[in-house]
Amino acid sequence: MTALPTALADWFATRDWELHPHQREMLARADEPSLLLIAPTGGGKTLAGFLPTLAELSDGAHAGLHTIYISPLTALAADIRRNLRRPVEEAGLPIRIEDRTGDTSYTQRRRQRADPPHILLTTPESLALLLSYPDAPRIFAGLSRVIVDEIHALAESKRGDQLMLCLSRLQRLCPGLRRVGLSATVEDPAALARFLAPTSGTCAILEADPGPEPDISMLTTRAEPPWAGGGGRYAIPDVLEMVRRHRTTLIFHNTRAQAEIFFHELWLQNDEGLPIGIHHGSLSREQRERVESAMAAGQLRGVVCTGSLDLGIDWGDVDLVIQVGAPKNVKRLVQRIGRANHRYNAPSKAVLVPANRFEVIECQAALEAARAHELDGEPRGPGPRDVLCQHILLSAAAGPFDADALYAEVVDCGAYAGLSRPEFDACLDFAATGGYALRAYDRWQRIVQRDGSWQLRDPRAAAQIRMNLGTIIDTETLSVRLRGRGGAPLGEVEEAFASTLTPGDTFLIGGEIVRYEGLRELTVEVSRSPGRSPKVAVFNGTKFATSTLLTHRILDLLQQTDWPELPEHTRRWLALQRDVSRLPEPDRLLLESFPHDGREHLCLYGFAGRNAQQTLGLLLTKRMEDSGLHPLGFVATDYATLIWGLDPVTEVGGLLAPEALRAGLETWLAGNAVMKRTFRASAIIAGLIERNSPGRRKSGRQATFSSDILYDTLRKYDPNHVLMQITREEALRGLVDFGRIEEMLARIGPRVDLVRLDRVTPFAAPLLLEPGRIPVEGAARERLLAEATQRLLSAAGLS
Amino acid sequence: MAGLSLTFCGTDLIALPTGALWWQAERLLVVSDLHLGRSERIARRGGSLLPPYETHDTLARLDADIQAMNPASVICLGDSFDDSAAAEAMEDASTLWLTRLMAGRHWIWIEGNHDPGPISLGGTHLASVTRGPLTFRHIAEPKAYAEISGHYHPKFTLIARGQRLSRPCLLIDDRRIILPAYGTYTGGLPCTDPALAALIGPEGRAVLLGSSPVSLPLPSRNGRPRASTAS
Repeated sequence: MTALPTALADWFATRDWELHPHQREMLARADEPSLLLIAPTGGGKTLAGFLPTLAELSDGAHAGLHTIYISPLTALAADIRRNLRRPVEEAGLPIRIEDRTGDTSYTQRRRQRADPPHILLTTPESLALLLSYPDAPRIFAGLSRVIVDEIHALAESKRGDQLMLCLSRLQRLCPGLRRVGLSATVEDPAALARFLAPTSGTCAILEADPGPEPDISMLTTRAEPPWAGGGGRYAIPDVLEMVRRHRTTLIFHNTRAQAEIFFHELWLQNDEGLPIGIHHGSLSREQRERVESAMAAGQLRGVVCTGSLDLGIDWGDVDLVIQVGAPKNVKRLVQRIGRANHRYNAPSKAVLVPANRFEVIECQAALEAARAHELDGEPRGPGPRDVLCQHILLSAAAGPFDADALYAEVVDCGAYAGLSRPEFDACLDFAATGGYALRAYDRWQRIVQRDGSWQLRDPRAAAQIRMNLGTIIDTETLSVRLRGRGGAPLGEVEEAFASTLTPGDTFLIGGEIVRYEGLRELTVEVSRSPGRSPKVAVFNGTKFATSTLLTHRILDLLQQTDWPELPEHTRRWLALQRDVSRLPEPDRLLLESFPHDGREHLCLYGFAGRNAQQTLGLLLTKRMEDSGLHPLGFVATDYATLIWGLDPVTEVGGLLAPEALRAGLETWLAGNAVMKRTFRASAIIAGLIERNSPGRRKSGRQATFSSDILYDTLRKYDPNHVLMQITREEALRGLVDFGRIEEMLARIGPRVDLVRLDRVTPFAAPLLLEPGRIPVEGAARERLLAEATQRLLSAAGLS
Repeated sequence: MAGLSLTFCGTDLIALPTGALWWQAERLLVVSDLHLGRSERIARRGGSLLPPYETHDTLARLDADIQAMNPASVICLGDSFDDSAAAEAMEDASTLWLTRLMAGRHWIWIEGNHDPGPISLGGTHLASVTRGPLTFRHIAEPKAYAEISGHYHPKFTLIARGQRLSRPCLLIDDRRIILPAYGTYTGGLPCTDPALAALIGPEGRAVLLGSSPVSLPLPSRNGRPRASTAS
């Protein structure tokens, strides 16, 4: 048992603090090579992770780096530094604690490399960057522990895969390195433990007392939820009432755009002027920091927020979490609920606000699952190889490496344990020569083998490789500023959204309506424009697929003959859908076909989750295109795919034949937008496409060409190139999700019902308002172009 | 081949779906901004190792256009090579292919900003050339008349029924034609860009590439075309 240093024990005693059992247990098991702590929010997880470090450093004998703490959020690293420094300084422990993130100044970062602190708080990207320097062995000498906070969140993204590759490197530099993972409640602790530990080692799991049952309910509202749409604006008076009755409320939204609209409308109705702020990832850092510090100072009664507040900072006084919109995933809901009431022994309180009537059903299903302690989670596939390609280039930036040693290091990561040597070699060849069937780059290889080890051909390339570091792929955004000299930054919008604006258009950002004035270089210039109804900014909010668990529960719920547990309006709506058309059933597939707004629509209720429904959209539109049905585009939600086109669909048997769908999956690579999007992300991560730095974009717009051209070229001339393989691997796990289509096909068998109607149905209506429409490139485009041409010509009096 | 007929300064021209321009009276084919050897140049300068197939792809399209039209003369309007070294570094197979396309034709390389000097391939190297009433050069000159140029890689974006369509395009008014880039690895400059707007008059039109090229009026200076609201 590692003992708590006396000075620290005394400091705790003067504050009447007592260690939780799991915190003591962490001290007792400080020597475990890998240890995963699972504890609810507010359980003092982070302190539990640090206690052994504080104990080991208390005698002042350790020189250099001892512990690295990694968090997915920059803000969290800074917050932990403040929280940790206080006891350390007040107990007089000889421990130096510093953070290092993208926000850390250049001079401080340089000093940290020369003279590392005892405890370094950082992010996966900053760690990867440190490891890419030739002096990494010296920087990390003496490193004894690594703490990965919020590991449940990291494990769901490529950031986690990159981090684990880095830990493998660290483990080789520091063989005695011990790993600690800190996680919120998850459905499969053993899988997370395998993710954390080296393949060659084992990982102990410590589960803290989960605390009292949370108090979750659906908000009862005076107004009925709308037939369609998102955002939950109808519930604003009731939400305000809840905010009034609680100390501090977090109001979670699933997308940034919805948070913006809600916040705007909330203030229009906030007659008492309750102090309520907004926080999401598209706001400028200044704006977010202002809200964070007001929150920490207890000046806010509520914050309208998105996933940007899912992790991290302990808002001590939050006593209510409101989830607006369907939670999509029970596990995330439970973790969000944990944000309320950080006192360990008090129950968390949360209310769900469905944004429309379909979400009433989903919220009900989620409530029941949460109460039954059923958590969802889809197992993650093997480690992605685009991340590996980047890791190889970063290894070369750090200095010459031996391929065998690097391979051994890579397969020591849980996620990459099954990586074969040929798969690894393909990535190495990609990093070295581009990996093309046409060996065109013998003279210009990026890395070359000299004396048995691989190194950069041109050492100056290291800087470029470091600039491309990271696995977060942002859609291209433009910053938004108020017009005029030194205009205040407001946030950012997607470039695609900005390109649809014409001067005079209005949109919401940071809760205010602004008027688009023009584009100046890469900045959207706006002016304040009070009191006009805005066009809404389209933000790139992450979209999660509703889990299999939840969609099954929803389908089961729909089978009831009546729904006494649901609000009256939803009961009536379900009954209406049953009258007008029919209700989807678990063992049948319902399709509706109807004209609307000058286009023909086909709606397929597969309940397979957003990604699989999107794949269905791609496969079906491809087949419709081949059958001359002129599809124009489609949109997918978690429960349905809506396809629109120029011609009505009257027969679907052929479209939905399982063999045809499977065959389509093999051939559908034929240039669709989703594959191109997947390719772009992988090509950026793997280092084929360099990240756009603002300077480059400014300098030569017509010189840069789209990644789609590279994809098309590879498809045509080198279809088995490693990046095409990676794109297929990625598509199978992420955006495509064909497994859930198979699950649906098995569920429905041959039972397919096509209902032809003369108008949109109650269930289909929300789909018409969904963002994220995907265009279909095909004959309909040419027809559309011809129509548009004709209209323009007529308008100009030319024909 | 499904092209679009244009009348320009007293000549009858056809905009081909690939972005090439055909002058039947002279049996003359014009292409611009081939950017051959682009991936080699980027790699040589320490950039990404892009798929090295763009030269093949560009030549394949040029070959098809030449097969279809059987021109007596071909004018490459500059930036035919991504730089002079890229021309020298071209694979033997590509050089042979290009030589075969050039055989028996009057082939003119106009100098571009990427390839200012002569290259070791055959053909005639000129800063500009005049045929009948028309002058061909790489970058448009503001005061020129009856001029055909390239350089800017114009593209056109329109929004129709809520969909965005973006295509390379040829720009034309009564003084000049600006050709789109023919090369595979080329991006585009929106035709609303001030650099292009300054060259093409408000009565100018854009010919959008596609299986059958279509001609549209240019969008107004401060806005973009909205086909859906123009009916």
